[in-house]
Amino acid sequence: MKIIRIIGKGIKDAFKSVFRNFSLSIASISCIAITLVIVAIALIASYNVNNITKHIEGVLEIVIFIDRDADADVEKEIGEEIKKLDNVDTSKVVFHSKEDLATELREDDPNMALILDTLDDNPLQASYVVSVKDVLKIGETAEDIQELQHVTSVRYGESVVNKLLNVFGILRNSCAVAVIALIVVTAFLVGNTIKITIFSRRQEIQIMRLVGTSNTVIKLPFLIEGFVLGVIGGLIALGISLFAYYFIFDYTNGSIFTNLAPLVSPSSIVVNTSIVLIAVGGLVGMFGSIMSTRKYLKI
Amino acid sequence: MDFIEFKNVYKVYKNGVSALADLNLTIKKGEFVFIIGQSGSGKSTLTKLLYREERPNRGEVLVGGVNVSKLRNGNVYKLRRKIGVVFQDFKLLPKLTVYENVAYPLETYGMSRGEIREKVLTALERVGLKERMHSFPNELSGGEQQRVGLARAIVNEPKLIICDEPTGDLDPKLSREVMDFIEKINQELGSTIIMATHDKEIVNRMKKRVICLHDGVLISDKEAGGYIENEDN
Repeated sequence: MKIIRIIGKGIKDAFKSVFRNFSLSIASISCIAITLVIVAIALIASYNVNNITKHIEGVLEIVIFIDRDADADVEKEIGEEIKKLDNVDTSKVVFHSKEDLATELREDDPNMALILDTLDDNPLQASYVVSVKDVLKIGETAEDIQELQHVTSVRYGESVVNKLLNVFGILRNSCAVAVIALIVVTAFLVGNTIKITIFSRRQEIQIMRLVGTSNTVIKLPFLIEGFVLGVIGGLIALGISLFAYYFIFDYTNGSIFTNLAPLVSPSSIVVNTSIVLIAVGGLVGMFGSIMSTRKYLKI
Repeated sequence: MDFIEFKNVYKVYKNGVSALADLNLTIKKGEFVFIIGQSGSGKSTLTKLLYREERPNRGEVLVGGVNVSKLRNGNVYKLRRKIGVVFQDFKLLPKLTVYENVAYPLETYGMSRGEIREKVLTALERVGLKERMHSFPNELSGGEQQRVGLARAIVNEPKLIICDEPTGDLDPKLSREVMDFIEKINQELGSTIIMATHDKEIVNRMKKRVICLHDGVLISDKEAGGYIENEDN
């Protein structure tokens, strides 16, 4: 009961202080909200990157062409070697023989059938079509396959994948840098608000010290104030970012540029985004507050 | 039994000012002691050592057998809950009523409302301010404000009450009024009272033990009824 009463008083004092230094509180809350909107952008972007990557995984395949001179045993052996690679999804290794391909071509296009008839030998190459488990490692897997004997060439749409991965990398890094910088600025701003609070309550703090109030009880309202500023900032950022994302999702019909890049549905990210933004807001607020109470609160 | 003991206490501030030098002093439980001396004689330092606002450079300060100079910072509050302090400038919170000012320490201790109400009303009754409990400090006279300060100091029924120039800002009539209440509390609660003061008239009238400091050195310690011509004696 005693602890509950002390915490209750701390919360009451913290809210009083937020309203007492209203303009400074608004400045801190705004800064936290801006920082957290960027955190939200980074977060939502990463959800989408993951989603797009997963989607690409489903559609991206490696096509392996085999030397025309290779006989059936060699072709089979290559298939076994490919299946031994870690990143290869063994259930999705499909072999197309030269004959199968020729038949397919003949069926698809009568002109091709005529051309093939004029040739003595089948000019086509047998191939394997392979799916991978981790699309981010598709390049390495393709290189490993390329090194196998009797493999003449390997194709996996490398230019598209590399470009996408580069864009994702840049996006992720720039968001991380911006977030860290803004978190530091925000913590200082919250710290400054708390410093003013400490200053405006210095007489009260002095009396508390002299009448035997414990250090924890003296510090508690300031910590709660930092936390409250952070959480309010977090809630505002959450509102702005989710509203914006719902809007973008509706506007683009759930996919950007092509069907290759589908957006994550907003409802599936609400809970995670809320937890992260409110927790980060609260922690940054408390961190700023701790810095200030350590420096300016003489107990 | 001695309740307070100063053993070879030295206090030199960081700026080099020597506030106390080789102070040896004992005070019994329930005693009423005046500490007198000119400004800068070490009166305030002596009181601050008692509630651990300052630490001595050498020597020991014992309150109720506890060496307060060795108390860890995190435990100082436990000592201060047993000590009531009355200040010259009252140190009341202007936005709180008389009742709230007196209740304030107890609220920060986490006491229940009922317990707080009982203690606050008892304290206000002791200083004769129960009727004014809903007033704000700026609606009270200086003497009444100091009595609120006194009520806050005694609300937790401390074993030791330290008064640092409590009548310094009051005229002689109001000073007498406040002193009468302090004496009454000394008798009713049996608390030890240590009062630093400049007020010759009060010291002479009350006939209590008088300790005189000069440049941080104890120059006289007169038992109850001690009378002084002027502070320098």
